[in-house]
Amino acid sequence: MIQYINYISLLIIPLFILFAILYGTFAKIRVYDSFVEGAKEGPGIILKIFPYLLTIFVAIKGFQSSGAFEFIRNGFYSVFALLDIPIEVFSMAIIKPLSGSASTALFTDIVKTTGPDSIATTMTAVIMGSAETTFYVLAVYLGAVSIRKTRYLVPVCLLADFVGIVVAITVVRWVF
Amino acid sequence: MNVLWLVLLSISIVFAICTGNLESFTKSIFEGAKSAVEISLFLLGIVSVWMGITRILEDSGLIYRIAHLFRPVISRLYGNIPGDHPSITAITLNVLANLFGLGNAATPLGIKAMQELDSLNEEKGTVTYEMMILIVLNTASIQLIPFSVIGILAGYGARNPAAIALPVLVATAISAIAALLILFTFRKILK
Repeated sequence: MIQYINYISLLIIPLFILFAILYGTFAKIRVYDSFVEGAKEGPGIILKIFPYLLTIFVAIKGFQSSGAFEFIRNGFYSVFALLDIPIEVFSMAIIKPLSGSASTALFTDIVKTTGPDSIATTMTAVIMGSAETTFYVLAVYLGAVSIRKTRYLVPVCLLADFVGIVVAITVVRWVF
Repeated sequence: MNVLWLVLLSISIVFAICTGNLESFTKSIFEGAKSAVEISLFLLGIVSVWMGITRILEDSGLIYRIAHLFRPVISRLYGNIPGDHPSITAITLNVLANLFGLGNAATPLGIKAMQELDSLNEEKGTVTYEMMILIVLNTASIQLIPFSVIGILAGYGARNPAAIALPVLVATAISAIAALLILFTFRKILK
């Protein structure tokens, strides 16, 4: 089943491109020229996104190296012990919304230190699979159209992340 | 975003001073700048490719056909999109790319969807409700199978790496629905 879905996801982009260029040719447009015209928009979009991405990355990297993260983690240690949840889950819950590459590195580290079948690995694996790098998405999507007023979007995303983590822990508890 | 950035950065600086991590803090700020450049260059490539592909869809009229096809599904969630608008196609393709875990397609198509939704925006610079739905769904990750996680688990010799797929699917579905409910609630309260 999984190999089957994997194959479909490998197939989907090439098939889509093939369909688009054949359809375009039948619609009597010059697909090469259209592609070039569209690609011209790329640099403009990235120029708009870049300052947003830079601003958020500076804060995230600074936070990771400041020692604040370890301090907060130690503060929550006893709370998580009380709830019988591995502390690794807390690390992942904080890192995942901040950075994609750091969360992958953290996950690999958890698999290595606690073993591939431990409860910490299973819980963080579910968080890895069911959460996104919220801050990156916010910077890129809002930056692309120069949004300054975000209304209640940021609290909604943070609250949704929190609920997502709780759901992931609960589901793992319930299944394993 | 302003509050968040302010809090994150000031906490970091205070902690860097207290814990004596000043040197690595300053270094990491410039590392952050470096990775912003690297990711922007990466995005420049994939966004340009997808802008090229979507331009073919636009010039050939296919974008309106796809929009027409998926309008019943998309407009149920996104109320205020006029019929057969190109944003429906961009949103549909973004959702499909997310479901199949095609990260290199999902972000550029999401950017495209933001642009199309911004063309409907009467107050430029302010996020619209439709944009919020798009962003909330993209931050909730609606991937069907977490291939990369299964790959790492398999690489370290897990007994049954694919066993993670079902709990991930359940957790993803519940948290995506919860995210939308949170958005709806905020909208009701803060109207």
